[in-house]
Amino acid sequence: MPYTPELKELIKIVEKTRPERVAKKRNGEEIPFLSLDERKKRLDFHPDFKTEGRRELKVGPSKGYGIAHEIADLLEAGSRVAPEKVNLSEPAYETDVLVIGGGGAGTSAAILASQHGAKVIMATKLRHGDANTMMAEGGIQAASKGHKDSPYYHYLDVMGGGHFTNVPELAETLVTSAPDAIRWLEHLGVNFTKKADGTLETIHGGGTSRKRMHYAADITGAEIMRTIRDEARNLADKIQVLEFSPAVELVLNEHGQCAGAVLYNMETQEYFVVKAKAVILATGGCGRLHIQGFMTTNHYGATADGIVLGYRAGVPVSFLHTVQYHPTGIVFPEQAEGILITEKFRGSGANLVNVEGNQFVNEREPRDVEAASIIKECVHDGLGVPTPTGRLGIWLDSPMIEDLAGEGTVKREFPGKYILYKRFDIDISKEPMLIYPTLHYQNGGLEFKETGETRVPGLFVAGEVGGGIHGANRLMGNSLLDIIVFGRIAGTSASAYIENGVKDGKLTLEHVVKYNAEVAKAGITDGRVAPAIIPNYTEAEVRSRQLTANYIGNVR
Amino acid sequence: METATLTEKVAAKTIPIYIMGKKYEVPETLTIMKAMEHSGYQYIRGCGCRGGVCGACATVYRKAGDYKIYTGLACQTVVEPEMYLTQIPFYPANRAAYDFESAKPTAETVYELYPELFRCVACNSCTKVCPMDVEVLDYISALKRGDLTAAAEISFDCIQCGLCASRCMGEMAQYHMAQVARRLQGGKIAPKAEHLEKMCGEIDAGTFTDVLAEAKKMTVDELKKVYTERELEPHMGADEWTPASNFGLA
Repeated sequence: MPYTPELKELIKIVEKTRPERVAKKRNGEEIPFLSLDERKKRLDFHPDFKTEGRRELKVGPSKGYGIAHEIADLLEAGSRVAPEKVNLSEPAYETDVLVIGGGGAGTSAAILASQHGAKVIMATKLRHGDANTMMAEGGIQAASKGHKDSPYYHYLDVMGGGHFTNVPELAETLVTSAPDAIRWLEHLGVNFTKKADGTLETIHGGGTSRKRMHYAADITGAEIMRTIRDEARNLADKIQVLEFSPAVELVLNEHGQCAGAVLYNMETQEYFVVKAKAVILATGGCGRLHIQGFMTTNHYGATADGIVLGYRAGVPVSFLHTVQYHPTGIVFPEQAEGILITEKFRGSGANLVNVEGNQFVNEREPRDVEAASIIKECVHDGLGVPTPTGRLGIWLDSPMIEDLAGEGTVKREFPGKYILYKRFDIDISKEPMLIYPTLHYQNGGLEFKETGETRVPGLFVAGEVGGGIHGANRLMGNSLLDIIVFGRIAGTSASAYIENGVKDGKLTLEHVVKYNAEVAKAGITDGRVAPAIIPNYTEAEVRSRQLTANYIGNVR
Repeated sequence: METATLTEKVAAKTIPIYIMGKKYEVPETLTIMKAMEHSGYQYIRGCGCRGGVCGACATVYRKAGDYKIYTGLACQTVVEPEMYLTQIPFYPANRAAYDFESAKPTAETVYELYPELFRCVACNSCTKVCPMDVEVLDYISALKRGDLTAAAEISFDCIQCGLCASRCMGEMAQYHMAQVARRLQGGKIAPKAEHLEKMCGEIDAGTFTDVLAEAKKMTVDELKKVYTERELEPHMGADEWTPASNFGLA
């Protein structure tokens, strides 16, 4: 729906202050960045710091660690299927490498593993490519311009963004592998936005000291995803894709090595076993758990399944107490709620302004600081913009970009969002966007090493499911980078692991039996099961009439 | 506000819609996707990113008393009264596998993979049906005249939902052809980024190994100091900007 008359009145206030703000931007007059101390104070308004939002885990390798209730509920849950019912002696498939997850990390891993000679099966919950990678808009970081940038500055930015808590080796691997990741994508045919001579266009993102955000218009992730998916499809003789077949359990062997998974055919409701010499978990994040009730930018399948599987198999979780709220999610029109508005709008010069038309924060602070500032402005300071349904938002003043870079820039640089809003009769080259923080990224995850290895031999991790690279907060453009860099590494490491000889052994789900017992022993008796697989969006009223429906967790 | 809810809790006016011919009353503010969930459907297929870019939820609908076929993405299209809708979560399409490494960046590559390209009769049904407003026929025409660059640019917003293929009189899968064009454009026609190649060389040569090893050893306080003092490239400045200090650069 278009802006209501009330909102149109409020937009006039934004228009009134715009010329002065544009002039300031042109002159390089910015709201000063917060000092590290000021950042720390500002973060009191961040949802991560609400103590009532989390609890200590009662079971598993990270027992005692405090994380969000929504994730804890899944880690403190029993298995979806009783382990003794699974027939492990007759696997439906046998392969070298099983990749669980069909987003950017899983696809990169599958391509690299197959290039190293491994036979690959990729199991995905939705279609291959229906993943958060597809939705990433703004860009991918890499220090590609030697006259002003290097992996050293990228490293400092990554560490600063993560509040200096990141695992240094993971951060180092991320930044030193970044230019090669971009080169790989360029080679595979990703259409990065370039100058006529081939120079890659780069802009700033929140928390970057140098302009190193590479992009493909405003659908960078989609362009990357469809390109590498196309490449994986060209390798169909080496990479077999099983769609609508999420993993519900990892399978180990008698030597304690990861040796496959139990998959669930969501359409025929059959469970079946894939036996593999190595497994790569690339299942992404947890946005659809709606932590603290937040709306989310994430795709339908982002339910933290991989965390559950890896945790049960013995891998601890790290940095999972921090979740990223993207500062700018659509809060109006509500049909589009939660959808991400790329940071590139701010990188291109659009201010954030309150109901009085005033700026209140530099628009290029790290994401957690930016989100906390918006929440503070709306909830604490009472300067949010009210929506027709009583929510609060902040203006993202996109028409400024037209004033700064010329008429037509918004449509050209942000075609995806321009079309999206046009469907609601809103022209974002003329009217600002109304935004509020939206659940975006799982900063933490399963503990892993820069080789992609976990504590469980034969189990590798890539992408959002892993924790440590980004510390307590990820910068824009480092997630697309993370999935490509660590996807490729996991694929390479897994195939190397196989080449070094894997002992064949009897398959077992004994770890699941033990975990179920631990859950029961902890007094958790409400019958919760995990992984969640999909969120539950069935209205309670409808559900009350589904008298014979059988729900296992959220899945009917 | 912090407990933003997923579906509308406000008592919105309800309207009748017909899901696969069957009538349901749904709040008028919902998207087709949320309206189906509101009605009791649970998605397995036909739902992906829920943000309008993955192409999983292509939907075809008509309106009462209107002969026209309308299309949209279920996650992006708001319901209308008397809408008759169905989703098309999967439509079979011919995809030709190819070896990208050896593929020549010419239109002949596309012609060999997809000779059916020339079955196009320029009926424009593909463009009309595209939920992303991509000028499908225009990129198909560009391919026919051998202009891969134009085909890549025109097809850029394609989300590969397959609706074009479902309506094509020539029985083509336009979006697979466009994918080949875009990859050839991005990987083989567009000039390479020389600065990227150079940086990869510096990293391989170990230029930054020592400075990063130092950085990794720093205490948090030391790291905070260099972080705070690092030079910031101006926001609106030119690409050619160079920092005052060469420290940490190649």
